[in-house]
Formats: sequence, C-alpha cells, structure tokens
Amino acid sequence: MRGKTWKGRLAVFAVLVLVLAVMAGCSGRSGGSGGSGGSPSSPAASPPPASSQAPAGGGETGQTARPFEGRSITFVIANHPWGEAIKPLLPEFEEATGMTVNVDSFFEDQLTQKLTVQFASGSSTPDVFMYRPLQEGKLFFKNGWLEALDGYVSGSTDYDFADFSKAAVGSTTVDGKLTGIPIITEQEILYYRKDVLAEKGIPVPKTLTELVDAARQLHDPANEFYGFVARGQLSPLVTQVSSFIYSEGGDFITDGKASINTPEALRGMSIYAELLREYGPPGVLNMSWPQAIGVFAQGKVAFYTDASSIYQNATDPEKSNIPDKVGFAMFPAGSAGSRPYNVTSWGLAINAKSQNKDAAWALIEWATSKEIVLKTQKMGNPGARVSVWNNPESTSSYPPELVEVIRESTKGGVDHDRPTVISVGEAREVVGEIVQRMITGASETEIQTIADEANKKLQEIIDRDAQR
Amino acid sequence: MPYSWFDRNIKWIYTLPAVLFVVVMMVFPILYTVRISFFEWSMSAASPPVWVGLKNYQELFADSRFWNAVLRTFYFTFAALLLEVVLGVAIAALFFRRFRGKDAAKTVLMLPMVATPVAMGLVWLLIYEPTIGAANRVLKSLGLQPLSWLADKHQVIPSLILVDVWEWTPLIALIVMAGMTTLPEEPYESAEVDGASAWQKFVSITLPLLRPTIIIAAMLRLIDVLKTFDIIYATTQGGPGHASETLNIYGYVLAFSHFKLGMASALLVIFFAVVMAFTVLMIWLRNRLGESS
Repeated sequence: MRGKTWKGRLAVFAVLVLVLAVMAGCSGRSGGSGGSGGSPSSPAASPPPASSQAPAGGGETGQTARPFEGRSITFVIANHPWGEAIKPLLPEFEEATGMTVNVDSFFEDQLTQKLTVQFASGSSTPDVFMYRPLQEGKLFFKNGWLEALDGYVSGSTDYDFADFSKAAVGSTTVDGKLTGIPIITEQEILYYRKDVLAEKGIPVPKTLTELVDAARQLHDPANEFYGFVARGQLSPLVTQVSSFIYSEGGDFITDGKASINTPEALRGMSIYAELLREYGPPGVLNMSWPQAIGVFAQGKVAFYTDASSIYQNATDPEKSNIPDKVGFAMFPAGSAGSRPYNVTSWGLAINAKSQNKDAAWALIEWATSKEIVLKTQKMGNPGARVSVWNNPESTSSYPPELVEVIRESTKGGVDHDRPTVISVGEAREVVGEIVQRMITGASETEIQTIADEANKKLQEIIDRDAQR
Repeated sequence: MPYSWFDRNIKWIYTLPAVLFVVVMMVFPILYTVRISFFEWSMSAASPPVWVGLKNYQELFADSRFWNAVLRTFYFTFAALLLEVVLGVAIAALFFRRFRGKDAAKTVLMLPMVATPVAMGLVWLLIYEPTIGAANRVLKSLGLQPLSWLADKHQVIPSLILVDVWEWTPLIALIVMAGMTTLPEEPYESAEVDGASAWQKFVSITLPLLRPTIIIAAMLRLIDVLKTFDIIYATTQGGPGHASETLNIYGYVLAFSHFKLGMASALLVIFFAVVMAFTVLMIWLRNRLGESS
C-alpha cells in the first residue's frame, strides 16, 4: 500500500518536473531575444540597439532584410485620437520590419490602472505603451518601470531628436533622464464664440480683466446663455487653472517649496473661480473637459479655456452645434503676462522589464519619425516636432487661427500644467480643494486658511518625495 | 487495490477542486491584502515594501476623510436598500394580479437590471447635466426649480440613490415575485370566507408568508449596495469635493491615484470586516425570524 502511494507521488513529481522544464525552455527562448536586464535607472547598462537601420518611415527602405522577422511585441494605447491615427499605419511598419505588433487599447483612467497592475507584478508586457508624462512619469520612473531612452535616442542617426520642442522634452524628462518620447503636445488657449462677440461688438479679450468683463456682459442665464465655462471637477480643474496662476506670476511649487498660498497663486485661482461662480453654467463642480466642451459645443457659452488638443470636439459638425462659429485666441495675459502651459500630454515609453527592447524602440522610432508625425499631426494630433510644425501641410486641416495661436503659445509656455511631484494624484486634490471652495463661495479669510492648510499638505508631499 | 484507496478517500477527492478554487481565488487574495495592509508600498520595483505595523490603520482612523466615507457608505446603503425593498415588494404585489400586457411590462421592468452599470452611469450623467440634461428639462416643464443634481454636495448622494433604486429595484421585485408563486392558496380562501379586504389579506397573509423571501432579497442587495462602485465612479468619481466618496471609491483613489497600496489595503480589510459583520447579522436575523414564522 505504502509503496503504491509513493509510486503515485513519484509520478506526480515527474510530471511536475516535465512541466517546469517545458516552461523554462519557453522563457529561455524569449529571454534570449532582447533586454540586457540591467538596472532600469542606468541607461548605460542597456546598449543602444542597432535599430537605426530599421526603416524609419514604412515601405521605402523595406527592401533590406526584415530585421525583426517573426518577433512580436505588445503595444498598449489609450482611447485617444492619436491611437486611432496610428493603428491603420501599423501594417506598413509590420510589413517593413517583419514584427507583429499586438495592440490593446484602454480608456484613460483604466490605462493607468492596467499599466500599474502589470508593472507592479513585474510583467514584461506591454513592451511599448502610451502614458501621461506629467501625471505618471515621475512615479513610473522612480518605481523602475520606465526604460531610460537617452542611449537609444543618441544611438539613432536619422532620428534627429534635436527636432523635438524643448518644452515637450522637458515634460518627459525625470532627474535628467529621458523617460519617454513626446507624441501629443498641448497648450491652454481661449475658445470663444465669434458670432456672439461680433454681434455685441466685444473685442477678443487680451487680458484676464477683459475676459472677466466680457464674460459679465455676455452672461444671460435667463436665456440659458453663460459667460464662461471650464473644468470644475476636483482633480481635472488643476491643469486648467495652472495658466491662470502662471499668468498672475505664481506657480504650484517655487524653488522646491510649495507655493499655492501665495498672493499670486491665489489671485490666479480666484479669477478662475470667479469666472465659474459668477458667469458659469450650473453644475460646473461636476465638469471635466468632456462635459465642459460639451456645453460649449451646444452653443450655450461665450468663452471656454482648455487644452488646444481637444479643439475638434468644438469644430467637428458631428459633435458640435457651432462648428464654424468657434474662435481661438492666445491665453489672456494676467499681471505677469500671458503664460499658458505648453506640455506633452502623451508620450510613448518602453517597459523596463520588456524582453524586446530593441523591437520596442524600433516601433517608437518609427511612430515618432518625421514622416509618421506628419501623418498623425495632419489627422488632428498636435505633435512635438518643430520641423513638422514648420511644414504647412501638417496643419492643413486645422483652423488657421488655431495654428497661429498654437505657434504663438509654444514660444513662452510653461513646461508643466500640474505640481511636478511623484504623487501627482494626491497633489492635484490638494490644489483642487482650494479652487472648489472658491467656486462654492468661501470668504477671503476662509480661503487664506484653507490655502495655508493646503500648502502645508503639498509641502508634506514634496518632502516625502525627497525621501524616495 | 487502487480502487479501495480511491473509495476510502472519495470525499476528499471530489471536494478537492472546490476547495482549491476557494483557496486560490478567495482566501489567498484576502490574506495577501491583509499582509500588504501592514506595509508601506507604492508598487515600486526599485524600493521594496516597508513594514510599518499598524501605522496604516492608525492613520486611517485619524483621517476625517475616511470617517466621512464610512458615514456616506452607510447613508447611501440604507437609504437605497429601504427604497428598493419597499418599491420592489410593491411592484411584485402589482404583478401578482393578472392584467393585460403583463409580460411586456415585466420585460421593460427588467431592462435597467440587465444593462451595464457603467454605461448606465454615463447615461445618468447626461440626464443629470444641469444645462442640457433631461432631468432639469422635466422639472422646468412642470414649473419647478431646476436642481444641480450631481454637482451639488447635498444633492449628489440622493441623486445617486435614485440611480441605484432605478437600476436594482427590479431585482428585489423579481425575487419577491418568485416567492409569491409558492404561496399556499388555503389561507386566502379562509380569509375570503371571513370577509377580509384585499389590503388586510396583503398585510396579514402575504407579507408574513413572504418574510423569509424578502429578507433574502434584502440581504443579497445589502451586500451589493455596500460595495457599489461603478455608478459612482462613472458619474462623479467621488465629487464634488469628496461629497460622494464612499469607502470603495476612497480605496480606489488611495491605490490608483495616490499609489498608497498599504493604506488602500488597510481600508479594504476594514471594509471586508464591515461587510462580513453585516452578512453574519443578516443570516442571524433570517434564522431568528425564519423560526418564528
């Protein structure tokens, strides 16, 4: 009896060994194909791959041997117009390189969650992914999830990395290391109703004071027409109030110290809050950009400030009641001039644990090459390459006025639109709290107390960062 | 003989898959969460979790945002549950009688329940939109003052309760309807003979007989309402301010926005204990009341 049980156990053991051997065989094979496995924070450990001979622009150079024949990589994209633009171009790239690109797409919020869970479990996929540099870049990099790309960029001859706008690259740089390649850039601009302003004989506001005046004159809630709309939701509003703060001479953090209770910062926030409280539509507290631009596109609001990159929601006849009545203007000047943010809202990065870093870089190199950026930008995705912006073809489908405003905004823009800390989510709530209390009508003395308290919290977040 | 070994151990062999499933899919995640709740961790691959003992729990208990979330969770749960049970039983009673178009009406009634909650959340977001939404249109056409709905910190929870009631009352109605079909005829016949009115019959016969069914329906719903996440996240994400932040939403924010895995786990452990306590209470209640009927 006893002997039989032992035999049984032996058999089970043998099967287990076999299974393990097979699994080890598989991982051994895929492991041999790529990454050096070096520490992610030291790019020198991963040699610049020899992918610069990979075709940078689809078909033309495809007659050389297909360098990634039979390989496959995973590419995670957000549900974003850029993703929609790149997907139909991928077969061309696959054809030229021989690799298979498996695409997964997620809504913005789910994307962060999905990436976080995969990286935390040490997954080697996705190889390449879209991410929001200013929201997640620092945390992802400090957590060792992002491959530093400096070596790849410098090892790639035809790529011309110097062509990328400085502010855009600033957004994807952490601790002096390049953590991602910018794909979408945006600036805060002023959207306005051309027809309404012309009818009332009101000039386009050049300063924040003029904006407040104009909003007051046009505000007519009895007839369901409102002076101004923008985001009022706790966290989403923070990026849009930032240009108000900068233009009044403030910032979230100044010289490493929290500065959201300074007179400059509070002045910027209070102008934003006043516009929403006095001249906004009802319900702004639950508005992120889809709701805010929705009300604007319904033709119910005169002015709207938000990112330039979402303009199609106001000008696309399928989404908007006022497609040909939308005007674009520079962000109005405050007491410190017009200082809108000018940032990279989306970038491409490589998983530090990827087994296919060379193929992953080849994909990024192709997707952010001059030729492909021209194609995606033409489809309404403002990119980061200066040479492409200088090519009139890239903006042929854009409203000419908008192109002018973007070009002007990129000259003096600020390279962040939220507190640049590791715990961005927490910091945004702290800032958003002050603005929401202003919108709901807290008194000036109350606001000072709230802001002092919030400033202390932000300082704690900064101090905690320093210990990481 | 191998057969005899098999026969002697058959009770273990047949239950093994179920036991394995429960251990791997349920017990392990819970224990793992409990373990993480004693650490400080941002999911980093570069810096490992740091043991902090009970610090996460202490910080939570000192956090007013946590306590507000607890109160809000209970407020939302009991208000929604009460409305759903009362309305659910009423609807079931209505459907107990025969009338034309009953099947069609039943189908329509079930629609909210089978729809995807997140999609329904987005639909309600539009309905509640103060300027262009349908809810204020209706109020205005009735000559009433428009409301801010989800954008006002006092109106947001009642607005969300309305969505939950709309979506889940049919579940209660369905269970109670099923219970009604098993009711015996005799008590009604003797009540008829005694000259009882329809209302008397409902209160003195139907309701007492249905009590175990109603309790089960309420119990199922209670646990689910406590855990509500989808409709809140899809409509307000806990806002305005933190006015609709329940325990589940706060846990999600701690984990995926603040990246405080340890504290999020501590919150979930507490939440798990609360749900367990309610479940045990309901089971005890059911046994007590079940015996007495």
